[in-house]
Amino acid sequence: MSLPPPDPEGRRPKTVTAGRVGVYAFLVISAAFFLIPLWVMLMTSLKPMEEIRLGNIFSLPKLWTIDPWISAWSGACTGLECHGISVGFMNSVQILIPSVILSIAIGAVTGYALSFWRVKGANVMFGCLLLGAFIPYQVFIYPLVRLFAATGLYNSLLCVVVVHVIFGLPLMTLLFRNFYQGIPIDLFKAARVDGGSFWSIFLNVILPMSAPIIIVATILQVTGIWNDFLFGVAFAGRENLPMTVQLNNIVNSMQGERRYNVDMAATLLTALVPLAVYFLSGRWFVRGIAAGAVKG
Amino acid sequence: MTTIATTEEPTAPARRRRRMPLAAAIALVPAAIIVAVVYVGCMIWTVRLSFTSSRLLPNLDFVGFSQYERLLSNTRFLTSVENIVLFGVLFIAACLVFGFLMAVFIDQRIRGEALFRTIFLYPYSMSFIVTGLVWQWVLNPTLGVEDTLHKLGLTFIDVDWAVNRDTVVYALVLAAVWHGAGLVMAILLAGLRGVDADLWKAARVDGIPTWRVYTSIVLPLLGPMIVTAVVLLAISVARLYDLVVAMTGGGPGIASDVPAKFVMDHLFERSNIGLATSAATMMLITVAIVLAPWVYARYVRPQVPR
Repeated sequence: MSLPPPDPEGRRPKTVTAGRVGVYAFLVISAAFFLIPLWVMLMTSLKPMEEIRLGNIFSLPKLWTIDPWISAWSGACTGLECHGISVGFMNSVQILIPSVILSIAIGAVTGYALSFWRVKGANVMFGCLLLGAFIPYQVFIYPLVRLFAATGLYNSLLCVVVVHVIFGLPLMTLLFRNFYQGIPIDLFKAARVDGGSFWSIFLNVILPMSAPIIIVATILQVTGIWNDFLFGVAFAGRENLPMTVQLNNIVNSMQGERRYNVDMAATLLTALVPLAVYFLSGRWFVRGIAAGAVKG
Repeated sequence: MTTIATTEEPTAPARRRRRMPLAAAIALVPAAIIVAVVYVGCMIWTVRLSFTSSRLLPNLDFVGFSQYERLLSNTRFLTSVENIVLFGVLFIAACLVFGFLMAVFIDQRIRGEALFRTIFLYPYSMSFIVTGLVWQWVLNPTLGVEDTLHKLGLTFIDVDWAVNRDTVVYALVLAAVWHGAGLVMAILLAGLRGVDADLWKAARVDGIPTWRVYTSIVLPLLGPMIVTAVVLLAISVARLYDLVVAMTGGGPGIASDVPAKFVMDHLFERSNIGLATSAATMMLITVAIVLAPWVYARYVRPQVPR
C-alpha cells in the first residue's frame, strides 16, 4: 500500500529536513482547522453562561458544568414545548431503523435483479433512477406533499420513512448492482442449472456473499438519514420532527436569550450518532464514499 | 413431437434466457413504481405547475412563461443564483486544492497517517445543520474568534463574515470546505495509492523534482478521481439548503439566499407555488445541462450485455 515502495538500497534516511518540517507543519495546521470547531463546541457546552459572555471561546472552562447537556437533552425549548432534544432523538431513531432496513432491502433486490436477470426495460429504468439521483429534491417535494396528503400519510413518521426509501433507492441500487457485477456470472449460472429460482438464488447464494456491501450501505444510510434535514422539515409534521430539525429550531428560535452552552451541547448530541458510526467504522466509511461514485 | 428438433439448435439457450423471468420482473416493481411516480411523474407535475398561476393551492390553468418572467425579475431569486454560482465555484475549487494538498502531504510516508486521515474526514460524517451551527458560533461577531483575536491585540481583524452581507457567502464556503474537503482528500489519496510505483522510480532516476511529478504526471493520472470528486461536490452545491438555514437563515436580509431555499420558502411559507415550481424547474434544467452528458457517457452507453 505504501508508496513509493522501499528502494533496494533502503529507505530515504530519516533526517529532519526543511521539507519534512513543512509537511508536518501543513498537516498539523490543517488538523487544527478541522479540530477547532469540535473543541469550541465541547468547551462551550461545558461552561456556564456567565463565562461564555466573557468571550474566550477557545479556553477551558474555569467552572466545569454538565448542566447544559442535561438541559439540552431534556429541557431545551422549541417554541412552547420544553422537552429538550431527546424528543427529536427518539423520532430520528424511529425514522432511521425502518428507513435503513427498507432502503437496503429494496436496493439489494433491485440491484440483484438488474445484475443477473434480464428484464425488458430494466436498463432504461436504471438510467432514469441514476438521473434521478442528481436532480435537486426541490423538484419533487411539492407533488410528493400532495400525493402524501391525498393518501393521508402526510405529516407522519411513516411518510418520512417512505421518502427516505424513495430517495435512497438510486444510491442503494447502484451500490448493490456494482457489487453484484463483480460476482462471476458462472456462479449464478451454476445456481440456475441446479434449479434455483429468483428468490432462492438471492437468499442462498447472493445474499450470503453480500456482507461487505451491506455494511457499506448501512454506514451510508445511517449517516445520510440521521443527517437529513430537508425531508424532516417537509414531511414529518410538527409532532415527529427528527433531531436535526429540532436542533435547528432550538438554536435558531428567536425567543429569549441565546444559551450558547445548551445550543452547543444539543449540537454535539445530534452529531454523536454519525460521529460514532464514523469512528467505529474506520476504513469502511471511506469505502462507502468511494463505492457510490468511483466504481460506478 | 414437432418441437424436438429445436432443442438442438444453438440458438435455443439464448432464446430461453430472453424469456421474461416473472419473479425478477416482480422484484423490480417497487423500483419501477418509484421511478414512474416520483422521478418521472412528480418531475412532470412540478414542470407543469410552473406554467400555472398557482399560489396557495395548485390549479391547472396555463399562464405561459409568466412565472419565469416574474422569476427573472425577482431580486431575491437573482441574488440566490449569484450566491450559488459564487459559492459553487469557490467551494469546489477550495475543496479540490485543499483536498489534493492534504492527500499529497499524507502520502509522504508520515507518522500518524491514520490519525490525520481521521481528523480530516470526520466533519464529513456530520450534518450540514451541525456544521452550520458550529460555524455560526465560532464566527459569532462578539463572542467568537473575533473576541479572541482582539484580545490578542489583533484589533484590525474583524471576523464578522457570517453577519456581513458582503462576506456571508465566503463564510458559507468556509464552513462547507470544513465539511467537505476531507472527502476530496479521501478520494484522491485512494488515487495516489493506486499510482504505479515504477513511475516514481523512473522519475527519481531522471532526477525530476517531486512537486513536478505531482503536478505534471500524477495530477493527470488522477483525472477520473477528480471528476468523481467534482461530481459529488457539485451535487452538494445544487442541494445546498441545510447549511444556509442553520448558519445564516439566508440572511442578513436575503444576502445568503440560495435557489433551494428560495423554492422551499415559496412553497411552504410564502404560498407561491407557481413561482416556487418555476424556480425548481430552473434548478432542474441547470443540473440536467451540466450532468446529463456525463451520466450518459458513464452509465448508460457502456452497458455490456452479460
